[in-house]
Amino acid sequence: MSLDLFRSLSWLPAPPPDFSPRCRAVLDHNSETALGSRLQSLAAFALDANQLNHLARVISKAQKSHSSLQPLVPFRMGILSNSTLDFIVPALVATAARYGIALECIKADYDQAVQEALSPDSGINRAKPDAVLVAMDYRALPLRCNKGDAAEAENAVAQSLALIETLRAGLKANGKTACILQTIASPPERLFGSFDRALPGTTANIINRVNLRLAESVFGTEDVLLDVAGLAETVGLADWHSPTEWNLAKLPFSNSFLPLYADHVARLLAALRGKSRRVLVLDLDNTVWGGVIGDDGLEGIQCAQGDATGEAHRSVQRLALELRERGIVLAVSSKNEDEIARLPFRKHPEMLLKEEHIAVFQANWNDKATNITAIAKELSLGLDSIVFLDDSPVERNLVRQLLPAVAVPELPADPALYARTLAAAGYFESVAFSDEDVARASFYQANAKRVGLQNQVGDLNAYLASLQMEITFQPFDEIGRARITQLINKSNQYNLTTKRYTESEVAAAQHDPQCFTLQVRLSDSFGDNGMISVVICRQQTRSEWGIDTWLMSCRVLGRGVEQVVLREILEHARRSGIRKLIGTYRRTDRNKLVEDHYSKLGFTLTSTEADATATWELDVDSAAVEAAPMTVRSVGFMQETSHIAHERTS
Amino acid sequence: MESGEIYKKLNTVFEDVFDDDSIVVRPELSADDVDGWDSLTHIRLILTVEKAFQVKFSASEIGKLKNVGGLAELIRSKAN
Repeated sequence: MSLDLFRSLSWLPAPPPDFSPRCRAVLDHNSETALGSRLQSLAAFALDANQLNHLARVISKAQKSHSSLQPLVPFRMGILSNSTLDFIVPALVATAARYGIALECIKADYDQAVQEALSPDSGINRAKPDAVLVAMDYRALPLRCNKGDAAEAENAVAQSLALIETLRAGLKANGKTACILQTIASPPERLFGSFDRALPGTTANIINRVNLRLAESVFGTEDVLLDVAGLAETVGLADWHSPTEWNLAKLPFSNSFLPLYADHVARLLAALRGKSRRVLVLDLDNTVWGGVIGDDGLEGIQCAQGDATGEAHRSVQRLALELRERGIVLAVSSKNEDEIARLPFRKHPEMLLKEEHIAVFQANWNDKATNITAIAKELSLGLDSIVFLDDSPVERNLVRQLLPAVAVPELPADPALYARTLAAAGYFESVAFSDEDVARASFYQANAKRVGLQNQVGDLNAYLASLQMEITFQPFDEIGRARITQLINKSNQYNLTTKRYTESEVAAAQHDPQCFTLQVRLSDSFGDNGMISVVICRQQTRSEWGIDTWLMSCRVLGRGVEQVVLREILEHARRSGIRKLIGTYRRTDRNKLVEDHYSKLGFTLTSTEADATATWELDVDSAAVEAAPMTVRSVGFMQETSHIAHERTS
Repeated sequence: MESGEIYKKLNTVFEDVFDDDSIVVRPELSADDVDGWDSLTHIRLILTVEKAFQVKFSASEIGKLKNVGGLAELIRSKAN
């Protein structure tokens, strides 16, 4: 539900169960990471009001003891309000850390806004803050007037603006400070109904006009607007305003929106400090289009109008294009052959994104952390400028773990909401728009550069181990037959020989005593990937197995699956007295990816044909394959003395 | 909702609001007994209870509360 999106900030990852103890301990230990970075990591989660409160307490403690909060950038902000600020301040302090800012808040005494703004001796003015948040809501404004009286209505509007102007002028007279001015969220109640909007003098009418004129008066100045009216409208005025909470404790809006409000303020501070992000890196398959280009081809991917899934992904493309038009740089990081990945951009009539829109195009089989690092380097921008959009939770978490400075929004299951989620996250918040922004897109040329493969970044093995992968090997059976047949006929890229078999041929292999068959399933902490690999070995001589079929789903590339599969084959080969494995690579226009498959697995090349078919062999007795970070289950093989599966951890 | 269930969940709420895993709620527990249970924290507590139990209290109901026992009773009367 969209309300959950905004109430829970669901583009941010959920806090870990040990958030509270981690928060309490963050000041205690000496670690290699700077305190400021540790605080920023804690703030990166979707924290609720209580968690923000606890984090703020820790930050304040650090500030009071004059600990260095590097690399957080200090910011001092005053706050004036006609309502209770006691809950808002801690939320702001904790949330500012999310954006790399060490915030110090000076709040005016309750309902003393005018006094504090005008008096040079006030707490706020003496503190010489970098900015002052003028958090006035509708109750502070002289809105009452006779309905229908146009002159009186104009007067009410002018007086309301004058009050805000007084505060603004007073603050500026007392020091060089930027004012953050809030627009007014209208109460949802209407007096006449729809008529309220048009009739001069109604609350809705006056507030509308105040907001319009306020925005105009701020535009182009060094002050900035916090569009609370827009925010309240987005979540719903009836939920934003809580009469109970106002009556109870003069809370200006429902406390359930505290994390959201704080995030919006923090975004402005980040924008003021030049910390807004500038690059959007896009995954392709199931992000920019529905389906997988390598498997489904141009005809199979979904990005067409009139198709619900196509429309969902088009909205992602549309948002990316609009962002590009306002100066955000687009890049691609996709696990695909480069030529195949570019195909839709070049040839698909319904693609909105074209090659020339992409500044850096990384389509290869490397991990995405390495690719994103290469993209940042190519653009001469820090990793903290980057936002990475990917439908796969495995890829998202990989990048979050290896490159914590990159912003990676969590995405819902439904692609129709991808664009909304990315926009809601506000990574690209800006307080200005210049010609330079417009021109930025064209600084990066139309040739969609590809950066050469770099050295691997970060500890990939540690991440893979954290996935808690479990791989299950079984011989062919009736239950798996349909899916085995499907994979055999559908798989094009990670397919060594591209032999196609019917279901009855698959059944024949199952029952053939000369055949060793494998159906392989993989699950991890994100879920079950189902069947991801199929192997058929045929006994060629008394001591040789020829690998007739070896295919794998590209989804699980880069996880060490091939190595574990080879280990399993070797185990069974040894038990059957086999001394040699013969592997064949039959080149097609789709499977260049596996050209080096046997080489990487330690096989020796024995021959190559004119048509690039290559034969490889491996000596079973001397072969040694390293264990991979996953649990292995081997089920249903005849060699087992009982039918019970045995588990062994590699 | 069973009384035992309510107290168990209330305990989690108190641990969360006061950031203290050692808190044990019992019916007689009141603001006098807990460090940091001031009027602001009281508001936090009420709001967190409402969210955790999916209930809403009126100002008058809140005003009549004297201790955790009263709170638990109020929750029991509203929660399914």
